[in-house]
Amino acid sequence: MKIAVCVSHVPDTATRIKVGDDGKTIDQTGVTYVVNPYDEFAIEEALKTKEALGGEVVAISLGGDQNKETIRKALAMGVDSGVLLKDDSQRDSLSVAKALAEEIKAQGAEIVFFGKQSVDYDNSIVGQLTAELLGYNSVTVAVSLKIEGDKVVAEREIEGGKEVVETTLPVVITAQKGLNEPRYASLKGIMAAKRKTIEEKPAAEFESKVEVIRMKKPPEKAPGKIVGTDASAAAELVRLLREEAKVI
Amino acid sequence: MANKILVFLEQRNGEVKKASLQAYKAAEQLAGFFGSEVEAVTIGSEINGLENVGAFGIKKVTFFKNEQLANYSSSAYSKILTNFAKETGADGFVFSNTSMGKDLAPRVAVGLDAGIAMDAIAFEKEGDSVVVTRPVYAGKALVDVVIKSQNKVFTVRPNVFDAGEAGEGQAEVDVREAGDVDLSVKVTELKTSEGKLDVAEADIIVSGGRGLKGPENFKMLEELADLLGGAVGASRAAVDAGWRPHEDQVGQTGKTVSPNLYIAVAISGAIQHLAGMRSSKYIVAINTDKDAPIFQVADYGIVADAFEVVPALIEEVKKIKS
Repeated sequence: MKIAVCVSHVPDTATRIKVGDDGKTIDQTGVTYVVNPYDEFAIEEALKTKEALGGEVVAISLGGDQNKETIRKALAMGVDSGVLLKDDSQRDSLSVAKALAEEIKAQGAEIVFFGKQSVDYDNSIVGQLTAELLGYNSVTVAVSLKIEGDKVVAEREIEGGKEVVETTLPVVITAQKGLNEPRYASLKGIMAAKRKTIEEKPAAEFESKVEVIRMKKPPEKAPGKIVGTDASAAAELVRLLREEAKVI
Repeated sequence: MANKILVFLEQRNGEVKKASLQAYKAAEQLAGFFGSEVEAVTIGSEINGLENVGAFGIKKVTFFKNEQLANYSSSAYSKILTNFAKETGADGFVFSNTSMGKDLAPRVAVGLDAGIAMDAIAFEKEGDSVVVTRPVYAGKALVDVVIKSQNKVFTVRPNVFDAGEAGEGQAEVDVREAGDVDLSVKVTELKTSEGKLDVAEADIIVSGGRGLKGPENFKMLEELADLLGGAVGASRAAVDAGWRPHEDQVGQTGKTVSPNLYIAVAISGAIQHLAGMRSSKYIVAINTDKDAPIFQVADYGIVADAFEVVPALIEEVKKIKS
């Protein structure tokens, strides 16, 4: 069984975001990049799936050379090989999905994992788009997964609960926190990763239908009011919330 | 989008979601730019009082009905909606950015070969284009995007567009039997936490952080949230400590929320947390550290011990509720 996991390379969540000089992307000064946090759950689930069903796992990432760090991390965790679809441009999610779908098809992967969203552009759609382009079934925001033979049963998180979803292979799963506990890369894993290959090739080009015309800071909030410095302020706070803000 | 804009009305357990009514208002704004028509479409088995969505200005709803579609099916729902858009010649499709909307909208976008913009918080007309404003980096920045393709799909963030007060009026409901549905992906069971309000849907959230020292101390937050008709949220620190489930986590690796009132109790306000809640309409911070970053986004702050302030707040709220 060929298993693919698609990973992205994103600014650490502790990053302070500043708008860059081009007015369309972030200022890269001092920004540390990491494996997209949700992709760690995707990588772990891909490895668990391989352990249960056999086969091999390939990590695929679309982006610049720096994405190799994230692929390398996946290899250190136990992924067998990596593919970097090289592209330094800004492209929209649909165009990313089209390039990934081509590669997944070429790899012959029948089980494909994504993180439920990348914490940079927060679209949370590349998994679904890729599934639809491939004609694969899919379950998004998965918090549990069982694959037996051809049959897939997953739970996905929804507002106030979970949906139990049944489907069949081939399938795309997008991972939510809670799906598993991602393993740490062992020293042996890190050493082994150095000997694994990352295939590099240009990402297939597709026209972007969505264009970012500007990036801006969120509106500043006016400074708030300190209502008090002990519990006696509770009465005044309730009055303000009721009469001034009118929210309770 | 000079032709027609469709709005997907999402139902769960036969109830139309408030977020869908808000999405309709957003679609009306889009339609106003180009003088296009707006109509609604929904899918399900039985839907309670569907015609009553007319009270929110919806004139026409097409209801694709099939008893196997009471629960969500990504395969069936996306095919029905894609075909319906093609049949009606709609070139705009609006969803709410809920777990169903997020799952469904991109599939429809592929079906219509449409550009897609997610999680819109504002629309503006610039020349002949619609500029969509959406948060990125969990709200640490915003981008303005333009969809260049003829067909366009949008999702709109819940609680940003106002559905308005219910007025008079009933919608024309066109019920169509949905036959021969593709159930290759199917929800077989809905596990909802009985009576639990999700932070993503709550108008009021009382959220707790590491400063609460242990899971037992969330009881007072639950009491306060109950009194206010709200939900209890948590910071990542509280979730990572195992005090609260991940579904309650607010922040960059949890949920992004925009309630009317967000009360942050003993939360210092790490940048990841602020990212997830700063678009709340009113923010209250209760923290002993006057320099905590949470106070920079708060409308009202009390610099004091949560263990004293929260019980006092509970008493005050009880007074006004009685």
